[in-house]
Amino acid sequence: MNSSMEASSAAGELSISRPSDNTLLLRLAGSWKMGQALPSANEVEKQIESGPGIERIAFDTKELSVWDTGLLTFVIKVRNLCSQGEIQLDSQGLPEGARQLLALASAVPEKKGARGETVRESFLSQVGEDAIAFARSSREMLDFIGEASIAFFRFLTGRAQFRRSDLILIIQESGAQALPIVSLISLLVGLILAFIGAVQLMLFGAQIYVADLVGIAMVRVMGAIMTGIIMTGRTGASFAAQLGTMQVNEEIDALKTLGVSPMEFLVLPRMLALVLMMPLLCLYANLMGILGGFIVGVGMLDLGLMEYYNQTKAGVGLDDLAIGLFHGLVFGVLVALAGCLRGLQCGRSASAVGDATTSAVVTGIVSIIVATAIITVLCNVLGI
Amino acid sequence: MNKTDAHITIKDLTMAYGSFVVMRDLNFTIGQGDVFIIMGGSGCGKSTLMRHMIGLQAPARGQVLYGDLSFWEAEPAEQDRIMKRVGVLYQSGALWSSMTLAENVALPLEQYTDLSPSQIREVVSLKLSLVGLAGFEDFYPSEISGGMRKRAGLARAMALDPDTLFFDEPSAGLDPVSARRLDDLILELRDSLGATVVVVTHELASIFAVGNNSVFLDPETKTMIAGGHPKKLLEECEDPRVHSFLTRGEETTGGALE
Repeated sequence: MNSSMEASSAAGELSISRPSDNTLLLRLAGSWKMGQALPSANEVEKQIESGPGIERIAFDTKELSVWDTGLLTFVIKVRNLCSQGEIQLDSQGLPEGARQLLALASAVPEKKGARGETVRESFLSQVGEDAIAFARSSREMLDFIGEASIAFFRFLTGRAQFRRSDLILIIQESGAQALPIVSLISLLVGLILAFIGAVQLMLFGAQIYVADLVGIAMVRVMGAIMTGIIMTGRTGASFAAQLGTMQVNEEIDALKTLGVSPMEFLVLPRMLALVLMMPLLCLYANLMGILGGFIVGVGMLDLGLMEYYNQTKAGVGLDDLAIGLFHGLVFGVLVALAGCLRGLQCGRSASAVGDATTSAVVTGIVSIIVATAIITVLCNVLGI
Repeated sequence: MNKTDAHITIKDLTMAYGSFVVMRDLNFTIGQGDVFIIMGGSGCGKSTLMRHMIGLQAPARGQVLYGDLSFWEAEPAEQDRIMKRVGVLYQSGALWSSMTLAENVALPLEQYTDLSPSQIREVVSLKLSLVGLAGFEDFYPSEISGGMRKRAGLARAMALDPDTLFFDEPSAGLDPVSARRLDDLILELRDSLGATVVVVTHELASIFAVGNNSVFLDPETKTMIAGGHPKKLLEECEDPRVHSFLTRGEETTGGALE
């Protein structure tokens, strides 16, 4: 113990000599351990290059005190040099343990092609690959939507197989338990809308129209969008993670081999729950948003309580509410589909579950915004 | 029941992921009442072969015949009918984590039988007690140990008294005694239910204890290189790769390890 303590203070040294014309003798001394400054194999390489005719490399380790992997990596480098220059490596001088480890390391030859070779593809072939992948994922998405529609149809005719208790649990998780965050976000969005509107409208002394602004914006579209985005991050992500983990655990395979359709057993209750809950959450978000505007209107702009109420009632029509709830219904389908699709597509590893969750949220938000644009244009065309 | 009847026949089966071929030209027959072992080194495609046989992955080429019926060419309703007679024990049990053990075992029964809830409860208790888990009805899969999860998975696999039971690595992750008990259970089920059993494994102890027929998959040549009764294989098979596998590499004749 003592000697090794002393020795570890003496750093590894390498001296190279040529006892005979064709032999290179590497004298290793001191401590050769990882993490210390160790002599590099470049020295040896220089010697080999400078003097031609070297046929053999030998080691002298009489003064070597302690060694670990640091020594082995050095010897392996020397060995590689030897095999390049057709030089014989004489490992007799190395410590017994090191010789055995080296033999073990070379027992199984490196498998050809096992290292992932990075083949550089041309730009065109990359674009082609991506286009094919895009076409494939679009088809998978269409397949999924088709299968989900069939499952929904079977539900309508009362033939779908799923557990009522699952449905109720999901309704609770995605409905009632989402109330706090929906309250907070839509109240604040209502407040923000009112603030921004008030600054502009006060210039014309038209503060009272804050009530219309907040009411129509929230009821017609903002309430639904905010709820949709909250539900994507909250429930869509949880669907993807749940189904993805079930995929990893072979639980989905177990369903399939039993002849239970994962589409009916897992996707359908999730879709139904969100389709039922989203319009209700939207309605609630609308109320909270109007309440937010009300706080600003009555608290800051000195509008009367009844004044604000009546203005909102006059401004917001029933068709606005219908459009808002329709948004909510569509978003419910989209969020559930995005979450379940990515969950079922999940690979069989932990990182794949993470990817599935990310992808579910991205897909969900993108489809919500695209759907909003389409509905808005349609309403415009139809004059609603 | 004639013991020599072909129960499952694999014909010219080629398995592939995309353009990557896992195994090609597999041909073998599993007889009624056999305990059939699919063996081979890690990563040679044993589980993939099982996935082809239980309808989870379509073959690139070839057929999986149940009796005279080609599974992958049959109508979906026909496929359902075949799979209803098959029970699968997955490697990790694959119990549905949101349900209790009783609900897990009950689901296939609710799915395919007209039993009343109280009858189902009786059957579930029986199946759970068969695998030594009486009294664990209301536990969730996350509340029990890995070995217990596997046994519960077995209870679920036999819920419908299947003709064919598939086991994916039954003894993986079990201690030697539990693994042995599971092997005994496999034999008992074969005898009492008259079921055909297909076991994917590389555990030598299990292979010799339960198997009476087998196929050996070799990843180098990407096909099967031997088949038959494991004990006979050990005695008679000349192929060094098979021999090395069955003797844990102890009697390797040159060339077994490349």
